[in-house]
Formats: sequence, C-alpha cells, structure tokens
Amino acid sequence: MKSHLRIGFIALGLTFLGLVSTRAQEIVIGQYASLTGSEATFGINSSNGVALALEETNSHGGVLGGRKIKIITEDDQSKPGQPSAAVKKLVSSDKVIAVIGEIASSRSLEAAPICQEAKIPMVSPGATNARVTEVGDYIFRVCFIDPFQGTVMAKFALDNLKAKKVAILTDVRNDYSVGLTQYFKEYFQSHGGQIVMERSFSGGGTDRDFRAQLTAIKSAQPDAIFVPGYYTEAGLIAKQARSLGIKVPLLGGDGWDSPKLSEIGGSAIEGSYFSTHFSPKDSNPKVQDFVKKYQAKFGTMPDGMAPLGYDAMMVLAQAINTAGSTDGAKIRDALAGVKNFDGVTGRITIDPKRNATKAAVVLKVNSKGNDFVASVAP
Amino acid sequence: MMQFWQQLINGLSLGAFYALIALGYTMVYGVLRFINFAHGDVFMLGAFCGYYLTPRLLPHFTGPLAPVGVTVVLVATMAICAIIGILIERLAYRPLRRMPKLTVLITAIGVSLFLEYAGQFVFGADPKAFPELMPDRALENTGALTVTTTQVAAFAVTLLLLVGLTFVVKRTRLGMAMRALSNNSTAAALMGVNIDTVISFTFGLGSALAGAAGILYAISYPSIDPLMGVLPGIKAFVAAVLGGIGNIPGAAVGGLILGGVETIVAGSAYSTYRDAIAFAILIIILLFRPAGLFGKVQVEKV
Repeated sequence: MKSHLRIGFIALGLTFLGLVSTRAQEIVIGQYASLTGSEATFGINSSNGVALALEETNSHGGVLGGRKIKIITEDDQSKPGQPSAAVKKLVSSDKVIAVIGEIASSRSLEAAPICQEAKIPMVSPGATNARVTEVGDYIFRVCFIDPFQGTVMAKFALDNLKAKKVAILTDVRNDYSVGLTQYFKEYFQSHGGQIVMERSFSGGGTDRDFRAQLTAIKSAQPDAIFVPGYYTEAGLIAKQARSLGIKVPLLGGDGWDSPKLSEIGGSAIEGSYFSTHFSPKDSNPKVQDFVKKYQAKFGTMPDGMAPLGYDAMMVLAQAINTAGSTDGAKIRDALAGVKNFDGVTGRITIDPKRNATKAAVVLKVNSKGNDFVASVAP
Repeated sequence: MMQFWQQLINGLSLGAFYALIALGYTMVYGVLRFINFAHGDVFMLGAFCGYYLTPRLLPHFTGPLAPVGVTVVLVATMAICAIIGILIERLAYRPLRRMPKLTVLITAIGVSLFLEYAGQFVFGADPKAFPELMPDRALENTGALTVTTTQVAAFAVTLLLLVGLTFVVKRTRLGMAMRALSNNSTAAALMGVNIDTVISFTFGLGSALAGAAGILYAISYPSIDPLMGVLPGIKAFVAAVLGGIGNIPGAAVGGLILGGVETIVAGSAYSTYRDAIAFAILIIILLFRPAGLFGKVQVEKV
C-alpha cells in the first residue's frame, strides 16, 4: 500500500514537472494590431502574415532548439489610446519577450515608449513615419521610412507623369500623412515642381465630405493630387473628386494598400497611383511562393501589409536564434545586426537608426489586381 | 467667384442633411421639451437599414423602374426607423415621463451610447461600403458649376419631406394634437388628446426623417460605420438651436446655414476648423440669441 502511494506521488510529481517544463518551453511574443475599426484591413492582413510565418517557424521546430513560439494578439480597434492599453497588458501581464506591431505610425508611436521603457524589443512591420524608431534603441522596423517614401511619389510625379503642379490633401489627424506630405513637398519643390494648393481634413472616420476642399483644389488646376492618407478616405476622396469633374490622377502612399480601396473607391480610383512595399504580381519566386502559401491558408490575395507581417515575424525569429536566449537586450542586439535578410518584401538590412533600407514599388490601382508600374531603389 | 457659388451648392446639399436630422430634434423638443440625444444614432440605423435592404430589394426593380426601387428602399427604411423610434420612446423615455428632465436627458445619452456600441458589436466596427443606390454623376449643362445627381436628390427629398411635415403638422388632426401638446400638455390632455399616442407619433415621425437622412447621407458618402451618427447628430442639434429649437422652419433654415458656413470654412485654408465652427456658432447663438433665429423670446410674467 505504502509503495503504491509513493509511486503515485512520484508519478504525479513527474507529470507536474512535465507540464511545467512544456509551459516553460513555449516562447511568448505579443502582437498589437488594428483588427477592427477604420483601418481593419491593415491589422487583419499583417496579423495573417505573422500567423503564416508563425506556423512555418513552429513546424520547422520553432526557435532556440525546439521551443515553439506562441503569439498573443491584442486588437487596438484603430483607435488612439487603445495601443497603449494593449501593449501594457502584453508587457506586464502576459510577460512577452518581444512585441510585433503596428502598421499605422500614430499607433506605433503610442506603443513604442512602453516597449522601450520595459526593454522589450518592438518590431513594426509597416509604420513608416521616421519618428517611430527614434523613440529608443529597442524599437525596430522592417519597412522603409517616409523620408524615402515621400521622395518616391514626388519623383514618380515629376519623371513619369510629368506633373509640374500638384495639390496636396493631408489628413491632419495622422502622423503618417503629415510626415509624408512634408517629405513629398521637400523633394517636389526642390526639383522644379510647384505645390499649387494644400488643404487638410480630419481622418479616422470623422470627415466624410471632402467636396469643399476638392472644389478649392480644382480651381487651382493641378496636374495631379497627392492624397497621403489611409484607404477609407482615399476611396471617398476619389469618388467625390470624380463627381466634381476632377480628371487628374491621384497619388498616394502605402496607406492606400488595401483590398478595400477599390471596393470603396470603385471606378473613381482606377488608374491612380500609390507607393508601397510589395507587388503580388512580382515574378520573384520568393514573392510568388508567399502568394501561393497565403492564398492556400487564407483564400485571398495578400496586400502589401501581409508580407510585412510575415517578414517581421521571420526577422524576429531569426534574431531570437542569433541571440541564443529570450533576454530582451540580447534580442535587441541581434535585431540591430540583421544584414541582407532575404524577405518577401525585399532584402532587409537594419541600419544604425533601426530602419530597413529597401526599395519601394509604385502600383497603379486596378480593381482586378493592382498593376506594377515601377520599382524605386533608395 | 465661381468657387464661391460652387461651395454654396456643396453647402446647401450638406445643409439638407443637417436640416432633415434637425427637424426630428426640434419636433421632439417642441412636443416634449426634451432633447433626444439618441436621434443621431437613428440616423445611423437608417443608413444600415439601407445597407441591408438594398441588395435584397433593388434587384427587383431593374432598368427604368430603378427610381421606384430607390423610393421603396427609402420608404421601407423610414418605416423601420419610425418603429425603432417608437420602441425607444416606449422602453426608455415613457417610464421616466414624470421624472425631472435631467433624468431623461441622461437616459437619452445612455440610449445613444447603447445604439453606437451595440451597433459596433452587431454590424462590426469597420467602415462598410454602401451599395450604389443611384449613380453619382455630375449633371450636364450646368456651366462652370458642378452639381451632382446625389446633391440634387438629397436636396429634393429634403424639400419634399419638409413640405410633407409642415402639411402634417398644420393640416391634420394629429398635427393639431402635437401643437396642442407643445403649447400646454395638461390642457391638451383635458381636451381629450391621447398623450401617449401623440408622443409616439412624434417620435415615429422624427425618426422616419432621421432614417431618410441616413439613406441620403449614405448615398452621398458611401462609407458607413456604427459611429457615423455622432458628429452629424451633434451638428444637427446645433442647427436646431440656431433656428430656434421647437420651430420647424427654423430647423430647416438652421441646417442650411450651418451646412453653408461649414463648407465655406472647409474650403478655405483653415479647413480643419470646419467642425469647430459649428460649435462656435452654438456658443455665439446661446450667448446672444438663445431663442434662435426664429424662436420666440419667452417672456416670463411675474
């Protein structure tokens, strides 16, 4: 009887130890994204990309010699104030070792200080405003930044469209839009272009009527209109511009990159141009392989945000392996040393400012799948 | 100069929406001395009604029958919103009729928040593309100015509903009962007016107008989400106050003026002040002429 009891206790103890050790084996990474709200497609598609990368990494044995990664995702609802709540929870309560997020620059700027202070590395898949990584040395991104992106569209307007006079419609509620406007203007004006008019609006779902601003812009007779905002407003602005009789093309940045752009903008936005990180029609085998895998798993074509999420997760996984531990400082150093990482969105090298130097692509809006127009190297 | 006329046209069509919503605010205030803050959200529900009804109803009216189809969707939405308005009154406001006005006001805010967040839960918080009920094109032969089909439709329907409302209020028995209730509710009750019925009718009518406004707004700005009624609702309230709260033609004029001013500000170099100007107007009106442009200055006889 006594020996049975003893065996029973030992068995229980081993089971308990086994449970505890499998728990300890898992590596927990946090993610915050806009899964709902006005920029829902950004969050959904980038987290899909992350999920695809996670599945692949775990099925190849995980990281650090066989440990699987678990991702806890929090929705920030595309609203200011939510990212800080989400990231605080991930960092303090879920005790994640790293954070992936976000696509929108304003929301990334909100969460970054929290990660920096907690010394938890943060990898943004797609925030392009320069200030995001300036928050501190624990904040990284795998995409290009707006000082570069602004010049891309300005160059495209001058060289490809031969547009000498451009009007700008900025979303003042949005750090990304304000930043991009500034960089576009700098390049455009210093290379012989003329900004004939600047108008603004409040994005994020508040303003729906842009006719007043567009009427004013129409009277200035620009050759093109630069609309560096997000896809919801871009679609509406295109519709209203066309109904007011404005025929010139619209130009935008990667904030337009969403399957909903053509849904909302319809025929009004067809034929306009925007810069982004990746074209699903790129014949590069790595891109096509990603597109196939994404379609198989999610049933839709990936937009520009999905491969960014994928690359962010892959870069982070590699950094964890290079660091050889889950220590924040070691992962941080490993991230800083990423060189020539072969990502779906291009070769990623993290520079001293913790940004990635990559090429941008210019796409022409087409409801059947955006057309690739040009690739611009930094 | 041309730009001024164009902005005026833009402003009038924007003002038509504010006018339609303001009519509901002003009617409920006139009859009940109570500001129904949930009104802006009935406007939102109207837009969502249209979103769900259009794919089901419109395909039955093809070709030349298309305008009939649009009218059917509009009328159906107005009916549904009327029922919603009556339900809200029955469930949330009627039990509080004997309470101080502040209580009902807070309840109204609660109903508004409830509709918004329940809407986010039921419909999803992301913006949805409103189906095309009518083609949005610039009309020909308007010279240097651009007038779109949706602008004309919004303005025309608003005018029609305004005329209809004035007819109901001035020429029907229910309308007379509404006016009696607004004048003196105790005396009206003593004269045999069924207070409950008249109040329900008032809410129904106001909500139907808000529903119509929702459809017209969604036709012009085809991206809808559960929080879309917040800002237009508040601005329509300002319009009602501007015109004189309780005064029907005042609400319509207030709406048009507000739409015009907002558009001119939005088209200027100070376009981000477009929302601020509405509230600046509210403060100024309350400071200098609280009764509004058409309101009667209430003299209290001591």
